[in-house]
Amino acid sequence: MIKARVTVTLKNGVLDPQGKAIEGALGSLGFEGVDQVRQGKVFDLELESADPKNAEKQIADMCEKLLANTVIEDYAVELL
Amino acid sequence: MKSAVLLLPGLNRDRDMIAALTRISGEPPVTVWQTETEIPDVDLIVIPGGFSYGDYLRCGAIAARMPVMEAVRKKAQAGTRILGVCNGFQILVEAGLLPGALMRNASLKFVCREVLLEVVNADTVFTGRYGKGDIIRCPVAHHDGNYFAAPDDLKRLEDRDQVVFRYAKGTNPNGSINDIAGVVNEAGNVLGMMPHPENLIEAAHGGTDGEALFAAALEIAA
Amino acid sequence: MTIQNEIQITPDLVEAHGLKPDEYERILSLIGREPTFTELGIFSAMWNEHCSYKSSKKWLRTLPTDGPQVIQGPGENAGVVDIGDGQCVVFKMESHNHPSYIEPYQGAATGVGGILRDVFTMGARPIAAMNALRFGEPDHPKTHHLVAGVVAGVGGYGNSFGVPTVGGEVEFDARYNGNCLVNAFAAGLANTDAIFYSKAEGIGLPVVYLGAKTGRDGVGGATMASAEFDESIEEKRPTVQVGDPFTEKCLLEACLELMQTGAVIAIQDMGAAGLTCSAVEMGAKGDLGIELDLDKVPVREENMSAYEMMLSESQERMLMVLRPDKEAEAEAIFHKWGLDFAIVGKTTGDLRFRIFHQGDEVANLPIKELGDEAPEYDRPWRETGLYSPLPADQVDEPEDYGAALLSLVGSANNASRRWVFEQYDTLIQGNSLQLPGGDAGVVRVDGHPSKALAFSSDVTPRYCEADPFEGGKQAVAECWRNMTATGAEPLAATDNLNFGNPERPEIMGQLVKAIEGIGEACSALGFPIVSGNVSLYNETNGEAILPTPTIAGVGLIPDWSKMATIGGAKEGDAVILLGGDGTHLGQSAYMRECLGQADGPPPPVDLYVERRNGKVVRSAIRNGQFTACHDISDGGLALCLAEMAIASGKGMQLDIDTEIGPAHAQLFGEDQARYVVTVSPDLANFVCINAEGAGVPFRRLGTIGGDRLTIGGLLSISVEELRGAYESWFPDYMDGTAALAGEG
Repeated sequence: MIKARVTVTLKNGVLDPQGKAIEGALGSLGFEGVDQVRQGKVFDLELESADPKNAEKQIADMCEKLLANTVIEDYAVELL
Repeated sequence: MKSAVLLLPGLNRDRDMIAALTRISGEPPVTVWQTETEIPDVDLIVIPGGFSYGDYLRCGAIAARMPVMEAVRKKAQAGTRILGVCNGFQILVEAGLLPGALMRNASLKFVCREVLLEVVNADTVFTGRYGKGDIIRCPVAHHDGNYFAAPDDLKRLEDRDQVVFRYAKGTNPNGSINDIAGVVNEAGNVLGMMPHPENLIEAAHGGTDGEALFAAALEIAA
Repeated sequence: MTIQNEIQITPDLVEAHGLKPDEYERILSLIGREPTFTELGIFSAMWNEHCSYKSSKKWLRTLPTDGPQVIQGPGENAGVVDIGDGQCVVFKMESHNHPSYIEPYQGAATGVGGILRDVFTMGARPIAAMNALRFGEPDHPKTHHLVAGVVAGVGGYGNSFGVPTVGGEVEFDARYNGNCLVNAFAAGLANTDAIFYSKAEGIGLPVVYLGAKTGRDGVGGATMASAEFDESIEEKRPTVQVGDPFTEKCLLEACLELMQTGAVIAIQDMGAAGLTCSAVEMGAKGDLGIELDLDKVPVREENMSAYEMMLSESQERMLMVLRPDKEAEAEAIFHKWGLDFAIVGKTTGDLRFRIFHQGDEVANLPIKELGDEAPEYDRPWRETGLYSPLPADQVDEPEDYGAALLSLVGSANNASRRWVFEQYDTLIQGNSLQLPGGDAGVVRVDGHPSKALAFSSDVTPRYCEADPFEGGKQAVAECWRNMTATGAEPLAATDNLNFGNPERPEIMGQLVKAIEGIGEACSALGFPIVSGNVSLYNETNGEAILPTPTIAGVGLIPDWSKMATIGGAKEGDAVILLGGDGTHLGQSAYMRECLGQADGPPPPVDLYVERRNGKVVRSAIRNGQFTACHDISDGGLALCLAEMAIASGKGMQLDIDTEIGPAHAQLFGEDQARYVVTVSPDLANFVCINAEGAGVPFRRLGTIGGDRLTIGGLLSISVEELRGAYESWFPDYMDGTAALAGEG
C-alpha cells in the first residue's frame, strides 16, 4: 500500500480572500511580520498500488480530473 | 419549445426553476436524474442552483463529473441551449463548458440580496428580449460567486462579448472580476450566471425582470 | 476484537451521568438489579431535564394546547395546525444553546438541522425557518466570535438545505455573556391526510435505521445540555456534533418519497440521545417493545461500544417502522439518495427495550417506564419582588429628542439586522412575500392562488426579568400582534422556554410565572401552544440568563394581495396611531439606551384590549384600507415611525400634543396593543370612525411627505440620516477594524 499527501493551493496571482482574512487576524492577534498567508487543502490518500511511479501518475491524474481546479489551483503530490 | 431540468442530490432551487419554466412556457420541464446518460430531445437544458454534493470539494466539482454531465456536454456541442444558474453556473465551469472559476465571495460570507445587472450582450439567445445596456433587477444567493478568469481568458471573454451580465452601479456582491455576473460560451448556446432570474418572474416576487430571459430562451411568443 | 461493554457502576459514575442519588435508587427499584453501563447511559439520557422535562412538566400541563384548528398538540416531533383546503402547517421551535456556545458554527447549524428534521419527520416539506439569537454585550470578548459563528452556522445549514429564513431576533445583553441562546424554528407544509407519527404499530415489524452513519459525536450531549456551565467548558468540546446539510437534504427527499409509497408505519428522528430516545418513543407510544441489534447499525468509527451507539448524537439519522412488503422499495429509494438503510431491529409484544451487541444482551429495560416513570419534580419556587410603579414624570426627558431617537435607531439592540439576514437565503422556494425587517415573515402557500402564512418570533427578556408573569403575557401578545400587523389571523404558537437553574427557587419562580402569563395570554387570544422545548440550566458560574420564553407563532393570510407591510406608505397618506398614546416608560428601550437605566415595571398587557385592537387592524387590512402597518414595541412610537420611514424611504410631517402627557412618554413609551398605520387621505376619516366605533383609541399624527421625519417642535431628521444610523451599527461592529481585533 502507498500513502500519499496531495496539497492543493491557489495559484499565485489568484486573489485568496480567506488567506487575506487569516493574515489580518494573525496581525491583530499580535503575530508580527507575517507577509502573506495562502490557504489550501490537504488530501491524504491510501492506494492499493505497490508501484510508486504508477501511484504518482495516478494521483496526478486525480488532481487534474477532480482534486484541483487547475484554472485557479496548483497541486503537489508527496508520497509518504 | 421544450425544456429539461437536471436533478442532482443537493441542488435545492430545482423546484423554483421548474415552477418558473412551467409558468412561463405553460408546460412543466422534463426532469433528468444525475445517473442518466441520455437527455431527451429538448431545446433548453437548465442546471438549477443549490449545493450539489454539499459543494464539499469545490462548489459544483463533484456534480460536474456525474454521468449526466457527459450527456450535457454532447447536447452543448450539438447546439442545444444550456443555462446554468448559481450552482448550475459553477457546475458548467467545473465541467469545462464555460471558462473561468467561481471562488469564495470576497466578503467570505453567504450573500442573499437583490442586485442590479447590466445587460452587456443582448445578442444572445438568452438575452434577446432585453436591450443592450438595460439595467435589470435580480436577486443573488450564494457563497461562491466571485468569478475569476486568468488575464488571457478574461481578455478573450471581453473581446468576444462573452460577458453577458455585469453587476451594475456598485452592486457587485462578491468581488467578481470585472463585475462579471454571467458569461456565455463562444458558440453562444451555454450561459452561466450567478443571479437567480427564476426568483423574479411574478408579482409575488416583487418584480418580473427575470421573465424575459426564459421567454427568450424558450422563444415564447411575446 | 470484543468491545468493552461492562464497566463497574460506582456512585461517581452515576453522578457523572447527571443522576441524583434518589434518581438512581428509583432505577434500582424499577428494574430490581444494578443497571449495566449501557442501561445507565440510557437512563441518564431519558431522565435528564432535556428529554424528561422533569422540572417543567407540572407547569407545562397548564398551557392551552387545543383549539378547532389544532390537529396535533405537544408530544410529537412538531405541532400540526389546519390551514384549510386539506393542508396543514407543521412547526416547532427548539434550543441549541449550550452546543452553540461551545462551537458556534456547528452548534447553530445542527440546531437548524434538528428542527428541520422534526418537521419533515412528520411528512411536511419545510417552507420557512426563523432563528431567535441572544448574545452577550457587544464588547464582551466572546460575543463577536459567537455572532459570526452562529449566524454563519444558521445560514450554512439552512441555505444548503434550501429553506428560506424569513424571520427571527438578534439581541445583546450582558446576562448572556456566558450563555448565548440559539432558538431555531422551522415550519413545513403537509397534507392533512398524510401526517406521520412516531407511534409504532404491529408486532414483529422491521425497525429501520436511515440516513447518516453513527459516530461518537455528541455522546453525552443531552446530558451536557442539562448541566450548568463552569470553567471546564473547553474540555467539553469533543461532544459537539457536526452537521451535514447535504445529507439532510437527501434525507428530506428520500423520506418524502418513501412516505408517498405507503411504506412508513411510524417514524422518529434521532435527535438528543439519538437511538435511545427515538426507539423508546416509538415503542412506548405504540405499547410495544423494541429489540435492537447494534451489530447492524451503520457506523463510521471503529470499536464503538453499545453505550456509545445508544447515546451518539450523530446528525441526519432517522428510525422507522416499515411495512415488511415495502422493504425493497424503501431500500431502493434510500440508496438512490446515497443514504444508509439498515434493518436494526424489530417491534415486540413484551414491552421491553432490549439491546444486543456482539451477541450479548447489554440492556433489557421496561420500555414504558423509561419515559413514564421519569422523575417529575415540583420544585420549590418563589416570586421575585416586583417594581413599584414608575410614572413617566419621574423619568428624565432627553435633552435632544432627535439625538435620542438616532441613538435608539443606531443601538445594538434596535439597529438593522441586515448584516445577519443577508447571510440567510430568504428567497429560496420562490414564495417569500415579506422578508426579515418587517413585523412578520410571510410565505405564500405553494400552489394556492391567494393564501399565505405569517411567522414571527418574540420575547422581551428584560420585561420577563422585571415581571415574569407580565413578560410571559407580553411575549405572546407581541408575537400575535406582529402577525396581525400583516393582516394574518394568528393560528397557534410554539414556545421555547430558556431559563437558568430550576433548582434555585427564584429561577423556578420565573419559569412558573412566565408559563402562567403565557397560558393566560394564549387562552385569551385563542392562540394555543402546539409544540415547544424547555432549556434550563442556562447559567455560567451561578449567573443566570434573563428569563427568555421565546414565542414563535404562525398566522394565516387568506389573500396575500391584501396583506400590509411596514414600508408601503404613499406620499400624502395620513399617519394614524391606533391603540392609545404612549404613557409607560418602565423597562423601556429609551431608559436602557438613552439613560442607562432599568427601572419600573414592564408595560402591562390588557389582553381584552389586545384582542379588540388586533381585530380592528386585521379587518381594515383585509379590506385594503391601510397602505402600511407596523406594531409599536421596543422604542415606542418614535422608533416605530423611524422604521416605517426607513422602510418606505419617505418622510413624515407629524405633531403630537404635549398637553395630553409628557412628550418622552408619548414618543418612547412601550404601552402594548398599539399600531401605526398609514391610510390614503380619502379613507382617513373612515378608518378613524371605524376605530372609534370599535372603541379603539386613535390619533391622527400627520401625513407622509418630504424626506425628513419631523415631529413638530421635537425632532426633524432626514430619512437618509436615520437609515445611516440604522444600517451601520451591525456592519461596523462585525466588519469594522475594531471587530478584527476581537476575533478569536
